[in-house]
This record gives sequence, C-alpha cells and structure tokens, in this order.
Amino acid sequence: MYKLILALVLAVAVLPEGWAADARPTSDNPALDQQVQHIASELRCLVCQNQTIADSNAELAVDLRNQVREQLKQGKSKQEIVDYMVNRYGDFVLYRPPVKAQTLLLWGGPFLLMAGGLFALLRHLRRRRRVVDEAIAPAQLDEAARLLRGDRT
Amino acid sequence: MTRYLVPLGIFLAIVVFLGVGLGLNPREVPSPLINRQAPAFDLPQLHATDRRIGPAELRGQVWLLNVWASWCVSCRLEHPVLVDLAKTGIVPIYGLNYKDKRDDALRWLQQWGDPYIISIMDSEGRTGIDYGVYGVPETYVIDKAGVIRYKQIGPLTPDVVRDKILPLIRKLNV
Repeated sequence: MYKLILALVLAVAVLPEGWAADARPTSDNPALDQQVQHIASELRCLVCQNQTIADSNAELAVDLRNQVREQLKQGKSKQEIVDYMVNRYGDFVLYRPPVKAQTLLLWGGPFLLMAGGLFALLRHLRRRRRVVDEAIAPAQLDEAARLLRGDRT
Repeated sequence: MTRYLVPLGIFLAIVVFLGVGLGLNPREVPSPLINRQAPAFDLPQLHATDRRIGPAELRGQVWLLNVWASWCVSCRLEHPVLVDLAKTGIVPIYGLNYKDKRDDALRWLQQWGDPYIISIMDSEGRTGIDYGVYGVPETYVIDKAGVIRYKQIGPLTPDVVRDKILPLIRKLNV
C-alpha cells in the first residue's frame, strides 16, 4: 500500500514537467510563436469543441496551428487568417461569435434575462411594500411603540 | 394562482429548451461550403501516384467525395454501405484518402473492397482543411457544376443513403 502511494505521488510529481514540455513552442522565433498562439487561442478546435486550437493537441488542431504559422510567415494579417478558417469551418470556429441576426439571441439573451429578473424583483419589492403598508393597523403601531418604550400596561 | 403558474411556466419553458438541446448533435457543425464551389485540389492518385486529379476533371457529373482513412474506425463501419452503393452504379464515388500512409490505405482497400473509382491521396491533410474536414469519415455530394450540395459528417448509414443521398442525386441528375 505504502509503495503504491509513493508511486502515485512520484507519478503526479513528474507529470507537470511532462505537460510543460508538450506545450513549449518548437521554434526559434518567439515573436511568431506568440502571434500564432494569439490567433490560435481565438479559434475553436472542432474535434474537441471546448478547447481552442492553441490548447488542443488533437491532430487537426496541430495542423491548423501550422496553417496559421505558415500564413503568418506569408505575411497574411490576422483577419485574413480568421476569414480563411471561417470560410472552411463556419462561424462555429470562432470563440467570439460575430453579432448577426442569427446570433442576436446569443448576445442579447443574457441582457434579456437580466431585465426580466430586475423587473420581477422590482415588482416583488413593490408588492411587498404594499403588503407591509396594509397589514399593520394604526392601533398595532401604537401597541408596538408602547412596547418599545417598555410600557407594559 | 398566478403565483404558481408563473414559475411553472418558466420551468416548462426551460424543460422545452433543454429537451430540444438534448436532441441536437453538437458534433454536426453546419458547413459553410454547402452551395459553394468545391475547393480545387491537385493531388496524386492512390493507385497510380504519377497521375494527378482535381475536381475540375470531374465536372459534368454528380459525384460523391468520401473522406476516409485506414486508421479511421468509423470508416470500417461505413465501408459496406459504400461498397453496396458503388455496386448499384447510381453515382461515382471518389475517395479522399486523408492523412494516411499509402501502404496502409492500399492494404485496407484490398482487405475490405474498393468502392472508389479513384482514391485521391491527401497525405498532408491540406485538402481536408480546404474542405473543412474535422471528423473522418465525411461525404460530400457534388453536382454537375462542381458545387457542393450536401455534406454528411460521420459515417453514411443505409438510412442516410436512402433518405438523403439518393433523392438528392436523383434531383441533381434531372
């Protein structure tokens, strides 16, 4: 048992180093690497949909990163590269979807929900105030005041 | 009464949304290439690597482009469907052998049968990117003018062939 735990601890201790080695860029041009990383971090990997192609090590993500690198080397702008991807994989490839008629609900939805929530809250508060106003009769208020004064008779 | 009806209504709306969401397949991303010209390529043929082929040479007929690879598990699943379809002779099927080794691909075809008129070698996967391939197998229906009319993501099944592919081909061949 002790050996098993020791083995696990060692395995975990060794892991992060292995990961770091994976993520390290493999070129001698740090500026280009940074640009590739920047663009790749805004593109969705279609094989593993909740990762960007910067995070993913799926084969397609590696290919697409190389594609980004190659096009940067050819002097293409970020917009041109993003358009290249959208032309092939659709808007879905963008981590930040564009505002269009189709995506209006996506962008506006949270605000609609918030407005709805605020409306419900205000209505609730207003109704509660009315309830409070109505429920306490003047006689009861006098009674309460008397109790607060410590007048128990 | 409304006190109970409003939350119930909201609850039901959420149930409907989530229910619809469960039925959707997030892996099926609509392709922007539908109704657009099939991207050009000029690639060697699998069986005769000294000969090249591109979509321009296939103009004037309705054809299928099936993206496959010997390493692709679902391709095995789909393969009998393709072989059957090829036997009917209704539509010529061309294969895009995606990111594969030539020897593996040839062996695979020998073992399981070859439904393709020609298999096209995309060893780098560049043409795959041009076609927006992200999960092999994928199948494109391309019309006489070289326009992509349909894309099947994932394996073809007898149902898909019968209900989608064949009716579309009949329509395009008119």
